[in-house]
Amino acid sequence: MQIYLPIAEQSVNAFLLLGLGGGVGVLSGLFGVGGGFLMTPLLIFIGIPPAVAVATEANQIVASSFSGVLAHLRRRTVDIKMGLVLMAGGGVGSVLGVQVFKLLRELGQVELLVSLCYVVFLGVVGGLMFIESVNALRKTRKGVVVRRKKHQHGWIHGLPLKMRFRQSNLYISAIPPFLIGLCVGILAAIMGVGGGFIMVPAMIYLLGMPTAVVVGTSLFQIIFVTGLTTILHATQNQTVDAALAVLLLLGGVVGAQIGAQLGVRIKGEQLRVLLAMLVLIVCIKLGYNLVATPTELFSLGERGGH
Amino acid sequence: MIRFALFLALVATSALAEGPRVIASLSQNAVAITTDFSGSEIFVYGAIERQRAINYSDANLGVIITVFGPSSPVTVRKKDRVFGIWANAESAVIDSAPSFYALASTGPLVDILSDASNSRANVTVDNSIHIAAGPRGIADPDVYREAVIRLNRDRGVYFDMIGEVEMVGKTLFQTHISLPANLVEGNYTARIFLTKDGEVIDDFQTGIRVRKVGLERWIYNLAHENSLIYGLLSILVALMAGWGASEMFRLLRR
Repeated sequence: MQIYLPIAEQSVNAFLLLGLGGGVGVLSGLFGVGGGFLMTPLLIFIGIPPAVAVATEANQIVASSFSGVLAHLRRRTVDIKMGLVLMAGGGVGSVLGVQVFKLLRELGQVELLVSLCYVVFLGVVGGLMFIESVNALRKTRKGVVVRRKKHQHGWIHGLPLKMRFRQSNLYISAIPPFLIGLCVGILAAIMGVGGGFIMVPAMIYLLGMPTAVVVGTSLFQIIFVTGLTTILHATQNQTVDAALAVLLLLGGVVGAQIGAQLGVRIKGEQLRVLLAMLVLIVCIKLGYNLVATPTELFSLGERGGH
Repeated sequence: MIRFALFLALVATSALAEGPRVIASLSQNAVAITTDFSGSEIFVYGAIERQRAINYSDANLGVIITVFGPSSPVTVRKKDRVFGIWANAESAVIDSAPSFYALASTGPLVDILSDASNSRANVTVDNSIHIAAGPRGIADPDVYREAVIRLNRDRGVYFDMIGEVEMVGKTLFQTHISLPANLVEGNYTARIFLTKDGEVIDDFQTGIRVRKVGLERWIYNLAHENSLIYGLLSILVALMAGWGASEMFRLLRR
């Protein structure tokens, strides 16, 4: 069934969009990532203009994250206090990010820098996570109980503005989570993603939060950041396609629920190995595209005069 | 004196009417883009009108039909290798390029259209793509012009239908031009050229309105005129869908 998208100005198969939304939704619920880092390139691949893909994807992530967060709230695996701190940083970050995006656009290099951002961040995050979780898996297989040190006293603990995060069993300064939120907000606006794939590892490895709480808290913050991004794109660029978003999110919300159910049955380490592999695959594909000689050297920019 | 003037006028009109003329019509002058729009087809038909009997001089007549969409400026970027990475290096702004361009003809263009006539009447698409010769001029504008045509051909919005205008006898002609699903809204134009010995001897022009209607129209207008409300509505829909799915699954698990 073909459906004409009013903002993207083209006709796309509705079932293809539902399927894409569903598939990415499962990953979203499973890993606590918005799925944008997969969906945005996929949408561009099927011919949606990049500007529309980025903006609409932000809107779709709102739906799948909200659906996911409700499931996590019921299981009490959301650290709302931590989420609010991350959110404050995220709000500032996404406003900054939109300004950076504008600047890059004027320089005409937005595509390249977005790709480079993807390759660098996905590569580093995926690589670290893969090594760490494989090691953890090996140890559990040998019968050694892996226990993360609860009280790592590093420079993070010397910072002021200490807060108690009951759900995460943490008593740390509010500054690191705020900064993580800020960075993720900037990246979200530039890359058209929720930022979960960076935030989840940052919360586990930098803040030392328990894996169980990380996913729900990440989703909680993503709702806010992508919601703000949607509004900014809708008002500044008019590139949010409601018809596209509805089709993607119908598939996405169902997928997210399935993913959240699956997540209960898979161990934390296994979950992390899978996510790391996924992140690395996307990274390698994008990196290859940057280096490989393209078959077509020319590309058409956006049409003016609309 | 008056009789003489009348006689002159009569001679003049009959002289004008001597060459064959073209008249044509379209199956539709409006295309509505609805939610399930997946392309459309326009039937172009017409006739070569003569004030005399058909003779040997009609052998070298040709008909060319073009349909083109609204033009707008477009940026073309060229990639180059920088530190081992392919990045957009050079770019050119094409002042105007049509969003859609279809050309159908009775035969190969080399036989029915001379180069001089083509550039005078702007028949083929390369004559519709304009690059300004500005101070910051590009070294080779033709490369960019060709790139626009090639990229748009790949997207299926520029195409040629050589030999697909069907002649019925020596007078009537017809063709079907299919409009693709990724059609852009705007005022389209259909032009029908009659050529003789490669020269355009007559042409006929008519418009096609391509408009979004119904839900498509409503969404598009809201997004452009009340973008804040549109943005908030989009989020509301997203939140409701998220909540709905969550509740649905909770009920299913009970």
